[in-house]
Amino acid sequence: MPDAYVADDPAGAFPLVQLLTPEGERVPHADFAYDGDDDSIRGLYRDLVLSRRIDFEAHALQRHGELGLWAPALGQEAAQIGSGRALRPQDFAFPTYREHGVALCRGVDPALLLGLFRGVELGGWDPAEQGFALYSIVIGAQTLHATGYAMGLTLDGEVGRNDPERDAAVIAYFGDGATSQGDVNEAFDWAAVFNAPVVFFCQNNQYAISASTDRNTRGPIAQRAGGFGFSGIRVDGNDVLACHAVTTAAMEKARNGEGPSLIEAYTYRMGAHTTSDDPSRYRDSAEVETWKLKDPIERVKRYLLLQGTPQSFFDDLDTEADELGKHLRETCKSLPDPDLAALFDHVYVDGSPELMEQKAQYVAYRDSLEPEGSES
Amino acid sequence: MTKMPLGKGLNAGLRAAMEADDKVLIMGEDVGKLGGVFRITDGLQKDFGESRVIDAPLAESGIVGTAVGLAYRGYRPVLEIQFDGFVYPAYDQIVSQVAKLHFRSQGRVKMPIVIRIPFGGGIGAVEHHSESPEGQFALTAGLKVVSCSNANDAYWMIQQAIASDDPVVFMEPKRRYWDQGEVDTTSEPMPLHASSVVREGADATVIAYGPMVKTCLESADAAAEEGTSLEVIDLRTLSPLDLDPVFESVRRTGRAIVVHEAAQTLGLGAEISARITEKCFYSLEAPVIRVTGYDLPYPPSRVEEEYLPGLDRVLEAVDRSLAF
Repeated sequence: MPDAYVADDPAGAFPLVQLLTPEGERVPHADFAYDGDDDSIRGLYRDLVLSRRIDFEAHALQRHGELGLWAPALGQEAAQIGSGRALRPQDFAFPTYREHGVALCRGVDPALLLGLFRGVELGGWDPAEQGFALYSIVIGAQTLHATGYAMGLTLDGEVGRNDPERDAAVIAYFGDGATSQGDVNEAFDWAAVFNAPVVFFCQNNQYAISASTDRNTRGPIAQRAGGFGFSGIRVDGNDVLACHAVTTAAMEKARNGEGPSLIEAYTYRMGAHTTSDDPSRYRDSAEVETWKLKDPIERVKRYLLLQGTPQSFFDDLDTEADELGKHLRETCKSLPDPDLAALFDHVYVDGSPELMEQKAQYVAYRDSLEPEGSES
Repeated sequence: MTKMPLGKGLNAGLRAAMEADDKVLIMGEDVGKLGGVFRITDGLQKDFGESRVIDAPLAESGIVGTAVGLAYRGYRPVLEIQFDGFVYPAYDQIVSQVAKLHFRSQGRVKMPIVIRIPFGGGIGAVEHHSESPEGQFALTAGLKVVSCSNANDAYWMIQQAIASDDPVVFMEPKRRYWDQGEVDTTSEPMPLHASSVVREGADATVIAYGPMVKTCLESADAAAEEGTSLEVIDLRTLSPLDLDPVFESVRRTGRAIVVHEAAQTLGLGAEISARITEKCFYSLEAPVIRVTGYDLPYPPSRVEEEYLPGLDRVLEAVDRSLAF
């Protein structure tokens, strides 16, 4: 195992689960196996490539001034696709603001992810319809939401019926920095106390903006779970097969009514924290170079080529990714600015007379600015 | 009509809401077997079970944060924050999550959560047990804030708050929990977000909510003995405000005194004073006067009666207004 993978766990108490090496070799594991065939792996590869394309296009759109900001998931695609594809339609995911790959897995039109970063809206999709909550920007807050939703599943009897088509569970995404937040630790505690069907999926990408993991935690993150009374596991976050296998098992356990789990997906944020960040101020490019060798997509391609996947598969996927890129560029530029007057209508379900009075004042003021008899 | 203390009115209202809708859950610290430290949830766990009256781990952010998830799931959580001063660990969840999710989702997500907070002083409590944080929630877009002052309102307003699809911060006047009042469980109540003239008068308008309503009514009794007629308005709703009854009153009396326990600067009195000035400018015979707690952290309880507005301070303000 490469050194970078074990730096946070010198005692080796939480060995990484790995099923596909950076060289593209499948390796067996005593407890976990990827349950799909090569066609399924091609499906995962497609998701990996498309999610990286979302990042690429969004990054370019930001550089062209079409987005105010973008939070790249570059390097974390395997963690997101592996876990995202382990979910069933009846499951529910609570993301951070970087879960673009998970959004893809949940069927969210990737173009809808851009609205938040373009400054035209604060959400973009229907959480209930997608089984995917809105992006959460306050670090760690969503882990409590996930736990509460999971408690609701238990109350509704949606757990532990031995019915894989109906039993449901929740997955909560967060990062290494979030493990310092009170909300995350409260979520661990509540989930354990209520035996909630929730999987805590931590993408340890080793940086909370500039703060490396050792500024936020000492000892493996996976170890945290034990203190709260449930189990944690570490997985190679750049290995989509391992992430899928480990998440599948944890979700299954949750759906069966056997309670929460913590998965630490050990990965690396290849890009900046956001497009406003400058990683050269806090990390060496040499470090980034070592992680390039562990690229989550390249290893799957190597494997598929070794299995004799025809070139046409890769060519077709390139075409599909190009089409997705075009869709993103075109949709982004056509996203309309919101109507400030309409925003007054969504503060309350039952309205507020005094807010409507302010709305009327705003509309009257705005209309007073319209040039009279202006010709287009 | 049944006579009961305000706290019992809340208890009966909670019971009625739970009977009416099985999505209503109660969650908070010690709300189950103990019935809450003020016994407001007394007997509810016994009758509705542990899955509907949930004893929470001791973590306020957890109480509100998990309620967000339960609301996503279609539940209507009614949360008890044990004391006013303990709400701050949940502040992010209330202000950034509960208040904003409907707006952020363009109306797709509803957060029908009630956050009950026993608030205010006057019970000789230790630090962090006597505060009045309502203003901090009233200024947060997306939250509704109400406060009851009597047993009948307690019974009805808690049910209306639970039925609301908007999140409601429900401020309970803890020092009035034991005050007896008539509860009419059959007549149609007034709307939740409506102020009420609780005593008619002609010389000055006194505006209050929650625990200060009783103080102001007693002040009006005392003033009447001296020949001064005070109109007393119970705001009931702090966000949105319902100030039309206030404007109507001030246009008649020409004088307004706003009373609350919360500190003066940037308290609700400041907003109410500004609005009265905007709407009743030509009717005013005197500046709007605020009678409030001072801009101190809540003081040690042995001096709280000096800190809190009382009958004498209200009457002194009335005199100043009349003498202006």
